[in-house]
Amino acid sequence: MSEGQGHKRNGRTPLPLGWNNPRVRSIVYQASVLAAVVAVVWFFATTAQENLQRLNISSGFGFLDNTAGFGIIQTLIPYSEQSSYGRAFLVGLINTLVVAVIGIVFATLLGFLIGVLRLSNNWLIAKLAAAYVEVMRNIPLLLHLFFWYFAVLRPLPGPSESLVPLPGVLLNNRGLILPAPVFEAGAVAFFVAFAVAVAASAFLVVWARRRQRATGRLFPAWRCAAALIVLLPAFAWFAGGAPFHLEFAVEGAFDYSGGMRLLPEFVALVLGLTLYTAAFIGEIVRAGIQSVGKGQREAAASLGLKEGTTLRLVIIPQALRLIIPPLTSQILNLTKNSSLAVAIAYPDLVAVFSGTVLNQTGQAIEVIAITMAVYLTLSLVTSLAMNWYNARIALKER
Amino acid sequence: MKNPLVALIAGILIGAGGLYFFLPYDPLTLGGGAAQVSSAGAGDGAERASAGETLRRVRNRGFVQCGVSQGLPGFSSPDERGNWSGIDVDFCRALAAAIFGDPDKVRFRPLSAKDRFTALQSGEIDILSRNTTWTMSRDTQLGFDFIGVTYYDGQSFMVRKAAGIKSARDLAGGTICTETGTTTELNVADYFRSRGLSYKVLSFEKNEEALVAYDRGRCDAYTTDASGLYAQRLKLTDADANMVLDDVISKEPLGPAVRQGDPQWEDIARWTLNALLNAEELGITSGNVDEMLESDNPRVRRLLGREGAYGEAVGLRADWAVHAIRAVGNYGQMFERNVGTETPLGIKRGLNALWSDGGVQYAPPVR
Repeated sequence: MSEGQGHKRNGRTPLPLGWNNPRVRSIVYQASVLAAVVAVVWFFATTAQENLQRLNISSGFGFLDNTAGFGIIQTLIPYSEQSSYGRAFLVGLINTLVVAVIGIVFATLLGFLIGVLRLSNNWLIAKLAAAYVEVMRNIPLLLHLFFWYFAVLRPLPGPSESLVPLPGVLLNNRGLILPAPVFEAGAVAFFVAFAVAVAASAFLVVWARRRQRATGRLFPAWRCAAALIVLLPAFAWFAGGAPFHLEFAVEGAFDYSGGMRLLPEFVALVLGLTLYTAAFIGEIVRAGIQSVGKGQREAAASLGLKEGTTLRLVIIPQALRLIIPPLTSQILNLTKNSSLAVAIAYPDLVAVFSGTVLNQTGQAIEVIAITMAVYLTLSLVTSLAMNWYNARIALKER
Repeated sequence: MKNPLVALIAGILIGAGGLYFFLPYDPLTLGGGAAQVSSAGAGDGAERASAGETLRRVRNRGFVQCGVSQGLPGFSSPDERGNWSGIDVDFCRALAAAIFGDPDKVRFRPLSAKDRFTALQSGEIDILSRNTTWTMSRDTQLGFDFIGVTYYDGQSFMVRKAAGIKSARDLAGGTICTETGTTTELNVADYFRSRGLSYKVLSFEKNEEALVAYDRGRCDAYTTDASGLYAQRLKLTDADANMVLDDVISKEPLGPAVRQGDPQWEDIARWTLNALLNAEELGITSGNVDEMLESDNPRVRRLLGREGAYGEAVGLRADWAVHAIRAVGNYGQMFERNVGTETPLGIKRGLNALWSDGGVQYAPPVR
């Protein structure tokens, strides 16, 4: 833009200096606004600090090092009551991320399915998908969570009458308990082999595609990649002497201990977030697909492409350009909505940090500021990633 | 490129300079020395508060803004028509009566455990009378002062009778449901940790959901203060299949709290509670308070404002205590009416009996 203006300026008579120059003027205005914003923020911050000191309320971030003293039911990193508030913060953050990532993956998959099904030629399927969208998106999310939480809990038996769908797998109202894999020393080779296989496969696929474009010769890249991913780790596995065993849950007085556990709270939260957000994503996908001209579909058909191939190679790539920006909002919504977790006792960031920690320390301003910063960061990072992807798939006019 | 940069700097300077005149104080010196801030702040605050700011605001407003729970039978809970009842509610009524001579000049603000402290700090409420445990950190770090103890409580557990649990120790390895933002979370952790027992805790935002989760069998025990357990037990699908353990794992002195920095308001609240306790000790009830005005007992005469100027000393009228007692009765009446053995809660006086009856309720004398 600046180049364009410079160009124009060079072409015409030079603009006057000083206040009569619109460019100078606009910068002065903007700088004044910026200064005003900074001053207002400063004013509020110093007033708050003054009041806190006057009221003898502790402030500062030193509390993060203090002992938390409370337990958390789901900890994916080592945590005990002796850990610090900062550690509790991390536990909550990780729990939030886990729910958000899994929810986003499922909601996107389900949303695409619903969106495509709504456009199905099969009357029943199309109407069912439409009914799904209307029901799911018109119920408040909090009710979804309560419904799924208590719907998940109600039919499940207590620990003493656990269901055993598979040997070693237990299902009761304390969660889904799976045997925990315990890796021994030799397992490193297995993971290295797996990583190498994945990297080699990716390389292979890219190479095969390039060669096909250049020479037209086909190479069975996907089949080779599959073989690579299965065989290489398998070889490492057996060469290392199967360095692995399962740790089964042990029955205790109330409950099983050990093993891996999916909490009902977690399942209900993921279910609620996924089903709710998928309805919105379904509508976005439908709108995106319908925005692709009918001629595109007809052209593809006249070339002899099958329906599925048409969808995959012609319709979806064009629809994606319209789908991605609103999809980004839905992904952000899902992440932020996961903060309702505290209602059903899932220990996410809001429940652990701006719930329990805030109340134990009473430092509302600091805790809420940190929580806000976390959600802001998560949202901005997601937006950046989605914008990058959007730019990549955007229409490239050559 | 030079021109815009100069303009930018000039703009910031002009903008900041312009705002500098509008600020009520000098931001540069404030940001510079923390010591200066605190000394200036403290002096400022003491000046404003000692003038009886809270009482003046309450009088201008015409009612006391009282923070209560969202529904805990016996302490603060609304009926179908929105009338509040309970010990915590009655205390606020007594306070309103002491100030205005009318117990109805109070409005109740239901608060979650999570929001209560912020509501008091921010001045949304004048007094927090919401089954809140008096702890050192709350007293010293939150900018509050607790004015006394309305109910001596302790944390316990509710379990299913069928589970065969006799004491809290038997809960090792179990899952415990509770409400987030309370001392109960910490007490459970302390109790099991100090005994080397394992446990899992599920913290819900509201006690309704925690109770439903317990009712559905998600947890082996539900924990909160014993008084709360008796109240919550009545809400279960089969109350008789559940029991409250005798074990009490913590001290939970529940009491009203006010903002720090207004000693007059603090005194009014503290002495309203003491008046109710002294009334019980002196045998003054809501029924006989008018006859007691003629009593010869100097202790009664001082409490009821017949002698001395005790009410005036805290900015109230001489008969402040008469109104408070007439409104809600003495402490014993308040207790029996809300949580006593004749109520569904059926709680015995126990620790909450007067010191003269073997309890620990003890009020300093009015003199």
